[in-house]
Amino acid sequence: MKSIIKFWENLFSHKEQRAALIPHNTVAGRSLVIVIAIMSFLASLTMGAVFLISEAAGNWSSSVSSELTVQIRPVMGKDIDRDVQVVANLLTNYQGLTDVRIISKKESERLLEPWLGTGLSLNDLPIPRLVLAKFSKQTKPNLAALKKNLEEKIPQASLDDHAHWIGRLVAMARTVVVGAIIILVLVLTAMVLAVSFVTNGTMSSNSEVINVLHFVGAKNAFIAKEFQSHFLGLGLRGGLMGGAFAAIAFLSSSQIFPLLSDGASGDQVNALFGSTSLSLSGYISIGMVSVLAALLTALASRLILMRHLKSLW
Amino acid sequence: MAAFRSQGLAEPISGVNLVRFENVGVRYGSGNEILRDISFTIEPNSFQFLTGPSGAGKTTLLRLVLLSLKPTRGLISLFGSNVAELKKNELTELRRRIGVVFQDFRLLDHLTTYENVALPLRVQGKDESSYRAEVQELLQWVGLGHRIHVLPPTLSGGEKQRAAIARALIVRPELLLADEPTGNVDPSLARRLLRLFVELQKSGTSVLIATHDLSLMDQFDYARRMVLSDGRLIVYD
Repeated sequence: MKSIIKFWENLFSHKEQRAALIPHNTVAGRSLVIVIAIMSFLASLTMGAVFLISEAAGNWSSSVSSELTVQIRPVMGKDIDRDVQVVANLLTNYQGLTDVRIISKKESERLLEPWLGTGLSLNDLPIPRLVLAKFSKQTKPNLAALKKNLEEKIPQASLDDHAHWIGRLVAMARTVVVGAIIILVLVLTAMVLAVSFVTNGTMSSNSEVINVLHFVGAKNAFIAKEFQSHFLGLGLRGGLMGGAFAAIAFLSSSQIFPLLSDGASGDQVNALFGSTSLSLSGYISIGMVSVLAALLTALASRLILMRHLKSLW
Repeated sequence: MAAFRSQGLAEPISGVNLVRFENVGVRYGSGNEILRDISFTIEPNSFQFLTGPSGAGKTTLLRLVLLSLKPTRGLISLFGSNVAELKKNELTELRRRIGVVFQDFRLLDHLTTYENVALPLRVQGKDESSYRAEVQELLQWVGLGHRIHVLPPTLSGGEKQRAAIARALIVRPELLLADEPTGNVDPSLARRLLRLFVELQKSGTSVLIATHDLSLMDQFDYARRMVLSDGRLIVYD
């Protein structure tokens, strides 16, 4: 535990009693930290985006699949308000359904606003009315029987359990998530390659240090330990910087996005993209990307070092 | 200085050659052999010069002794062990018994003079308190007592040379290898450094100095001479 605390203290300050065997604050070292920070920032952004998309897709499916809609078409000579009330009563008393809600005329106007414009009077148009109901968590409703019952009482009413939409939404959500994961894999691969190449360059600039340590009698394990902890420190610094910037970007977007998406169009954007705030697991995954970048740097340095030491006899 | 010397630099080994080469050859890639059929021994508590024209292979021969280069053929034995049969860690243990002064010093520029000299002890995992006084005393001995906390780039050529020598001596080596140790210093300092090596030899350390400075060797005509020419070695005892 003490060694972990000491390592952490030394990570951001170089106030060591003994000078580090590997030079700090070199141009190559700083370049490595910057490259790791940039790559882990990009990887963290992608990782966060995957979480947002995945969560949004999950929300679409779960919210739509947890309710049904009954549409009542207007028929000449029939009182549509009375039909709506009959349907609402039927749904309220039906087993397996809760939270029955009639979409009022005003709400219907608002829903049609983006397509038909404002100041619309529904009385002039044969606009169907909607009644919503949610599925009970305890019992499942018999939708076939409900459909038959509705057809008998209000023939112009049609029931939609959104099964068709759910299927398409789930397929689309899966496609989007798979696409995002492919992009994440590509970004992580780019990060692995970039970090390996830059680590290789930084190690080359330290080859004289390796040679001197070798010739003054340092064991390979000693040299490997020194370099691994040095490069782990560089990797952690870069990784945490990139991860912190990505986390700040997601926090900022969750605050700014609601301000920019106000009004009717904002509702649609919210319905489509869901929440823009990242969940805790999203932030944890960003932290893991940072740690991955650090471990990758340490591993790359060890492999390069061992290859160099092997050539030295 | 007195305390450092009184502890003795190395315990001479009796009956075992420190170094034994038998028909050693070295070739880089598919080219001609640059060293051919090299055979010699270095006895405990001995002093020898390795000389020859530039490019004759003096540095290559020193690298073979230091175990930084593998021969393409032949047998190399250090401190009684055939190095071809040793594991990496055992080779490191042998390397710790050898002090080396490189032609280009090879001091680490980000470490102070003190830290450079203490490096061989530090890599052995020794606690700094156990060697601090000894390193400071040795630096005084080589005339760098006032340059302990400066970085190598600010040292003169002669000071770097002495720091490199101090680093080689701090482990009390049984064998000291020096590659052109007087190449970067004026004749007066060169003689003083040579006298230092002679003192070391008297204290029990075997010394092998690679140089092409004939006048310097003439001042120490009792020393053994190993002459490299056309890839072959001739030893004048």
